[in-house]
Amino acid sequence: MLNKRRITSIGFCLLLAIVAAGCKKKAPPPAPPPPAPAPQPPPPAAPVISEFTAEPSSIERGQSSTLRWDVQNANSVSIDNGVGSVQASGSHQVFPGSSTTYTLTATGPGGTKTATATVDVTAPPPPPPPPPAEHKQTLEEMLSGTVVDAYFDYDKSDIREDARTALTKDADALKAIFASFPDATIMVEGNCDERGSAEYNLALGDRRATSAKNFLTQLGVPEGKLKTISYGKERPVCTEHNEECWQRNRHVHFAPAQ
Amino acid sequence: MKKTVWFVALFAGILLVLAAQQSDVIIKIEGGSRPAIAVPDLRGSGAAQPLMNTFNETLYNDLDGSGIFKIVPKTMYPLNVPQQPSDFREPPVERRTRPGEQPPTGGGLWLLDWSSPPVSANYLAFGYTAIQNNVLVLYGWFFNVGQPTVAQAQVFGRRYFGSPDEAGAKKTAHDFAADIISQLGGTPLTGSKIYFVSTRTGHKEIWVMDPDGSNQRQISHFDSISIMPAVSPDGSKIAFTSFVHGNPAIFILSTDTGRRLPFYNQKASMNATPDFTPDGKHLLYSSTASGWAQIYIADVDGANLRRISDTRALEVEPKVNPKTGTDLVFVSGRSGPQQIYHMNIDGTDVERLTNGEGEASNPCWHPNGQAIAFAWTRGFATGNFNIFIMDVASRKYDQLTHGEGRNENPSWAPDGRHLAFMSNRSGSEQIWTMLADGTQVKQLTTTGTNWTPVWAK
Repeated sequence: MLNKRRITSIGFCLLLAIVAAGCKKKAPPPAPPPPAPAPQPPPPAAPVISEFTAEPSSIERGQSSTLRWDVQNANSVSIDNGVGSVQASGSHQVFPGSSTTYTLTATGPGGTKTATATVDVTAPPPPPPPPPAEHKQTLEEMLSGTVVDAYFDYDKSDIREDARTALTKDADALKAIFASFPDATIMVEGNCDERGSAEYNLALGDRRATSAKNFLTQLGVPEGKLKTISYGKERPVCTEHNEECWQRNRHVHFAPAQ
Repeated sequence: MKKTVWFVALFAGILLVLAAQQSDVIIKIEGGSRPAIAVPDLRGSGAAQPLMNTFNETLYNDLDGSGIFKIVPKTMYPLNVPQQPSDFREPPVERRTRPGEQPPTGGGLWLLDWSSPPVSANYLAFGYTAIQNNVLVLYGWFFNVGQPTVAQAQVFGRRYFGSPDEAGAKKTAHDFAADIISQLGGTPLTGSKIYFVSTRTGHKEIWVMDPDGSNQRQISHFDSISIMPAVSPDGSKIAFTSFVHGNPAIFILSTDTGRRLPFYNQKASMNATPDFTPDGKHLLYSSTASGWAQIYIADVDGANLRRISDTRALEVEPKVNPKTGTDLVFVSGRSGPQQIYHMNIDGTDVERLTNGEGEASNPCWHPNGQAIAFAWTRGFATGNFNIFIMDVASRKYDQLTHGEGRNENPSWAPDGRHLAFMSNRSGSEQIWTMLADGTQVKQLTTTGTNWTPVWAK
């Protein structure tokens, strides 16, 4: 009769059997040892590369490195990359242009052995950058920044007190300008206020420019680097009809000459 | 009693002296003794009639502007205006007037109608126009109406021709007026030109126009500052100062072609204010070659230059006497403020003409070589110039403008009666003309600002 209980125990037994079958079999008894072989002569020793170095292992292009080696049990030793056959031990200077791995091949009755030594070649450091240039002012910047106008009395071209001070400063400033700009010439421009006649003012403006130039050359500004021109009353800086504006117009001004 | 008489005599004496100064007009434009001319409106037949407004206006303006005539107002004229000599009638031999009756008149067809009151003219200009074969023809007569007969009255009768349009109407009127003016010994201004400087293109350039302000046209095209023109006596050359090459230098153009003529500028920071000698062969100018502006003379191309003045002062505006060619006036600061001086062309006999007051500038010789017009600030604040005329020999002067703005650069017309000058009285610098007695002041320019007129033949 197949009832639940019987099936379970039969299954259990089957399982047990399967597990038992998987267990390791009993090790068979050891086979008798094979007969000892006949004694042979010992084989020759293989080459031994006891040393193969590159010193220094890292160089800059253009520098050299020295390969050193020591090889035993070889009757032929060579190194590639242009070194060639070498003695069993020695050294050799190399000048690799780029990173190079040298292979030493040692050959003897015992066989062939190789070893490598690498020389890393780095590009030389870049040349140091030139020191940074200072910001160079233009001629116009130097003129307008350091050379001031000089002013005159009505109908006069002589250098009065305040003009003397201004032109003395201007002399130094102009010398500095000519040092920075050796080819430059500066125009001294003479001007007048509106009141005199245009014809007479053309001559008066010219005399003011000449007068200022003479003062500057006496202070050492090179005569050939200063030119003069009069604009009379043709180029007023203001047009009001009062002394404040008139004084502003009675002046010499400095500009780059063409 | 004696004291009072003395005092009165002295006072009267002072008054007489003052009066003598005042009434000493340098250039005599005497209104009192000017001949009277009647200029009735001329008529045109057919297609010419529409042009007659322009014609009559031009004729009237030229005759009036000449300064030679006193023009009788048209309201005085008789009703009938003759158009040709055959229109005139002889008055009857007997002209008896009964009491209470108006004296008989010819209504305009007698010479007497024009020479008697109310017209009281010395001269009559009359005629008519017509268009014949597409040409405007003017038949014009100039009569001395004080003469007894028509035959004796005729001074001249001429035909004038022009295009059948406004321009032709103006031309025939200008030509008729020119003949009338010449007949009385005047110099007609028709055909003369006024050169000047204008800023209207954005740069100071040399321009030219007719004496009534019409036909303004540009001569120089330097795009720079071109100023202070001077014209050669034959009118063929114009010299001026320009910054076109950098420093102010002298340039000469042909007035015919506008082309540059050669001029050698000596090495100087300024060569300016040129002036031609009357023979047209030399040029005087101011140059800073010595370091100071000084007067030089050279050939008209700048060669053979020679220094005339000899100071460490500023000297500009040499102007050679147009009659003699051997002396000149110029502006100098040698005694302080700018004044006007006179000297021989070799630099000798330097004399100051203005009395040292104020500032004086822009001298211009009258065609007669005896007087100059110039600008002076005498009596006014610095910068306030007025136009003066001075007799060079006596140093007596007249003041023509009196503070109406700033008045400078007077230039004599070829007729010696008119002046062109620059004035800012309208608010900006413009060219004006006037008669040398200060009357008939007219504005010629309005565009941009306009400077330094030079009136040339």
